[in-house]
Amino acid sequence: MSEASHWSIFINAALINNFVLAYFLGICPFFGVSAKLETAVRMGGAVSFVMLVASVCAYSINLLLEVINAPYLRIISYILVIASTVQLVEMLIRKLSPATFRAMGIYLPLITTNCAILGLALFQTNRGYGFTNAVVYALGAGAGFALALVLMAGVREKLDLANVPQLVKGTAAAFVVAGILSMSFMGFAGLGR
Amino acid sequence: MLGKEVSATDDFVKGLWRENPVFVQVLGMCPALAVSNTAINALTMGLATTFVLIMSGMSVSALRNFIPREARIVSYICIIASFVTAVDYVIMAISLELHRSLGAFIALIVVNCLILGRAEAFASKNTVSRATLDALGMGAGFTVALLWIGVVREILGSNSLFGIALFPDAFQTWTVMVLPSGGFFAMAMWLLLVNWLKNRQTESQAQTQELTP
Repeated sequence: MSEASHWSIFINAALINNFVLAYFLGICPFFGVSAKLETAVRMGGAVSFVMLVASVCAYSINLLLEVINAPYLRIISYILVIASTVQLVEMLIRKLSPATFRAMGIYLPLITTNCAILGLALFQTNRGYGFTNAVVYALGAGAGFALALVLMAGVREKLDLANVPQLVKGTAAAFVVAGILSMSFMGFAGLGR
Repeated sequence: MLGKEVSATDDFVKGLWRENPVFVQVLGMCPALAVSNTAINALTMGLATTFVLIMSGMSVSALRNFIPREARIVSYICIIASFVTAVDYVIMAISLELHRSLGAFIALIVVNCLILGRAEAFASKNTVSRATLDALGMGAGFTVALLWIGVVREILGSNSLFGIALFPDAFQTWTVMVLPSGGFFAMAMWLLLVNWLKNRQTESQAQTQELTP
């Protein structure tokens, strides 16, 4: 696995095995924040940043846990680190841009329970990625998450203007759109391994 | 609901249909879609989640007077993560094959919004027995919903149910149902059905109200 080039890890995480559309990770914010394009872009940025920090933290925690031989503490320590990182990002955004903070609402603290981030930390541990590989993987996953979110927001903004039957409106329509997006992402499978 | 006396059965039953976590509240979507490609995976995931839901509901409710408000989310997550670690090791002990096919998704029960949501919204405010009943109902509702999605995807995608082949050669399998996009489509279908049933129910209720003087 360590022989795989950084570029292929990046493409793999961002397109071929896109976290949202192939692994179903981070579905809640995917549907919750994708109604407006602008919020979607900001959410994508925030999640990518948390992913990067969490990936570096997870790498160092895993080293420590291997030294003290306590793999059963992995889930607990990962989730605690992610929770504190999210808290930090929340404070930063509130300080730097209160408007963004209000726009993201409840979904900002909910990044903690975003499966994409814990999933990233667990996947990189399972695959035994080294430090640089882990960082590249996190960057790719973040880019893929942001891409899926922005695509979805674009489609939903158009869908608002369309004439959708009352019964399908809302979540059901969003799921069908996501299914079609996911199907089109399958086309990237030819890109890599 | 406020101010009305709620019976014990209602605590249990509401999770099955009226407040079904998957089809009505649309919570805990990630595991519901990711591991529902076969019925057996869906069932295992549902049972594991139910166990964590019940245990964490009981613990949170029992400790609700000791946990300070400011540190409650962190405490809940610690409680949930401990039970998930236990479940992870139990499933590994029962069937290594099943554990492998579920992969990281067992560990990801920690971040299932449903569990934290119930801990925050219900268990932290109610007695242990009511919290247990609520967790049981929600868990059962979650398991049943997952099973429905899993059954549809397995029958259409692999022409089998619980690993047993169903129709002979005549049936052309829909490969798309096993793939990730099939999860979204199956979910959309069930949501449509639930929406339709609910619409019909409210309409018939309105009619009976008109008819009775």
